[in-house]
Amino acid sequence: MTQHVSPPRDGTGKAAPVDGPPAWRVQLGRADVRTLTLLGVLAALVLIGGITQPDSFLDTRNLQLVLTQASVIGVVTVGMTFVIVSGGIDLSVGAIVALASVWATTVATQEYGFVGILFTAVVVGVGCGLVNGVLIAFGQMVPFIATLAMLASARGLALQITDGRTQVVTVPSVLDLGERDSYVLGIPPLVLVFAAVTVIGWLVLNRTTFGRRTVAVGGNAEAARLAGIDVRRQRLYLYLLSGLCCGIAAFLLIVLAGSGQNTNGNLYELDAIAAAIIGGTLLTGGRGHILGSVLGVLIFTTITNIFALNNLQTDVQQIAKGAIIVAAVLVQRRTASTH
Amino acid sequence: MTNLPSRRGLLFGAAAVSAGVVLTGCTSNDPDDGDDKAADTQPAADDQPGKQVTIGYAGPQADHGWLNAVNDQAQKRAEKYSDVTLEVTEGSNDTAQQIGQIETLINKKVDVLVVLPADGKALTQVGLKAMRAGIPVVNLDRIFNSPQAYRCWVGGDNYGMGLNAAHYIGEKLKGKSGAKVIELAGLDNLELTQQRTKGFDDGLKNYPNIQKVARQAAEFTVESGQAKMAQLLQAQSQFDALWNHDDDQGVGALRAIEQAGRDDFLMVGGAGALSAFQAIKADSGVLKATVLYPPTMAASAIDLARALGQGKGVSGLAEFEIPSTVTCYSAVVDKENVDQYMSTGFK
Repeated sequence: MTQHVSPPRDGTGKAAPVDGPPAWRVQLGRADVRTLTLLGVLAALVLIGGITQPDSFLDTRNLQLVLTQASVIGVVTVGMTFVIVSGGIDLSVGAIVALASVWATTVATQEYGFVGILFTAVVVGVGCGLVNGVLIAFGQMVPFIATLAMLASARGLALQITDGRTQVVTVPSVLDLGERDSYVLGIPPLVLVFAAVTVIGWLVLNRTTFGRRTVAVGGNAEAARLAGIDVRRQRLYLYLLSGLCCGIAAFLLIVLAGSGQNTNGNLYELDAIAAAIIGGTLLTGGRGHILGSVLGVLIFTTITNIFALNNLQTDVQQIAKGAIIVAAVLVQRRTASTH
Repeated sequence: MTNLPSRRGLLFGAAAVSAGVVLTGCTSNDPDDGDDKAADTQPAADDQPGKQVTIGYAGPQADHGWLNAVNDQAQKRAEKYSDVTLEVTEGSNDTAQQIGQIETLINKKVDVLVVLPADGKALTQVGLKAMRAGIPVVNLDRIFNSPQAYRCWVGGDNYGMGLNAAHYIGEKLKGKSGAKVIELAGLDNLELTQQRTKGFDDGLKNYPNIQKVARQAAEFTVESGQAKMAQLLQAQSQFDALWNHDDDQGVGALRAIEQAGRDDFLMVGGAGALSAFQAIKADSGVLKATVLYPPTMAASAIDLARALGQGKGVSGLAEFEIPSTVTCYSAVVDKENVDQYMSTGFK
């Protein structure tokens, strides 16, 4: 952990005593305070859910439901976090999920069964990521523009493939993965994939050279280049990684919804960016937290769940979602202020 | 009271028929006698080839099963007539682009325009322009802001969908006290969603034994249907019926129902997708019926446009001209009549 230059602040924003921060503070460090804050928000939400709907909210099935619904967007958010840490942005994630899901559910791929669908979804995701990466790293395009172009063309292509139709999956082995029978110790397979992606993402970002290079590129690309990092290749890999996550997410969505549709992944880009920012990842790059992002996703999914269980209407849900983004960021500013 | 003539009058749409014709119908037992009837002086449109008509068709981007079916129905119907040439523009959801396409059709001097605007209000001006240029406009589904912008409107009955869904559910749950229904609505910021819900609520008022206990809005997509339905199922441990506004999101809703292992209620869908018809026919799950929002209205729009171009009335109506509005009926399709509708089901 890096040493703090400015005196750490406690929850009320007052400066800590001059004789130094309490011992637990030093040990926890800034990132963990943020994680604890997010866990606190999540705990508060669980409390609200438990009080308002004790029977349906505090229920194993509901826990499984919330985690399952967080899985698809969660996997996308892990990839998005890497891209944002490097100072970039990927606006095309939702469109890539849509394209990968419709390509993987066309009649042709369904003939090849489970493997065909999984393979196609991942290949299409990685392929789109490759195009993004090449345009940004070697075409010197601004990530915002390059991925915006991918958003438009991938959605268009998805529409062209489906002709606006819903492509229902008829492969039993794929559908079975979403059924209760395939739960492992009560955990849905989709959630296991989400957990695995989270753990791998955390390890890669925090414990590998690749992760350190990503942070370095996002912190100061020129300095990273002078330090001997191949910035362009690093960027290429990061958009590939985001595309790969979209491919995996597309497969999870196919299992969940039992179909591919060109409207799949609608507004995932905004949800993923919002979750990453709530999680403490800087939109300007140079700092990111996989666990924070995942907690951000869980917070959003839990809110949606509580709203639905209490039968609140869409307009109320949207207003509250906006308010919670603002509140979460404000709370973070106070508990874990940046340099 | 002799109510036979008035009943017949109703059958032929008494409200739309002129007083003189009603009088004729009331005083005569045989509709074929008399020599001053409208049908003799004004030919009704039929399948016999007539004057060549060029119809310009501008529809939205088919990004949804129903819209795709609408575009299909229009083209197939036009192919049926040897005297109709259909000029089709590329579907677009972009207002400016669709205005440009319609202006191109006006410049080509097509005889009649059929327009399903991406946004009815935004395209009112170009509808007016076509009408002023002497090209009658058949406005399909999403209505223009001004009646001056179209000669005829053909569309569905969203309120009627809700109403008929409520009546179907009401009859099924008759005699069950304390019955609960839930509603999975479509995109909440569309007026049509609000109309469907209003019709449903009004219909349910006829059945005091039924209470609507929950309503969630999805987004007309499979993904949103699955997500919202999964939550609804978790929230409501027991209910008797579900009305889902749209069969496309219904694919997702059915998936959520299957994943939750629930089969303790009946489900009524909306719109009329092929997959819904097949599920109703197979009768293997909770889906027992669907309320139509018929895509065949596009075929009817072509019929009316052809009649307009040829200066004919409509077969079955005594009017000299085609009507100014046609609202399609939101029929309930269940196991009994599903075969009749199967061919109109969209993928």
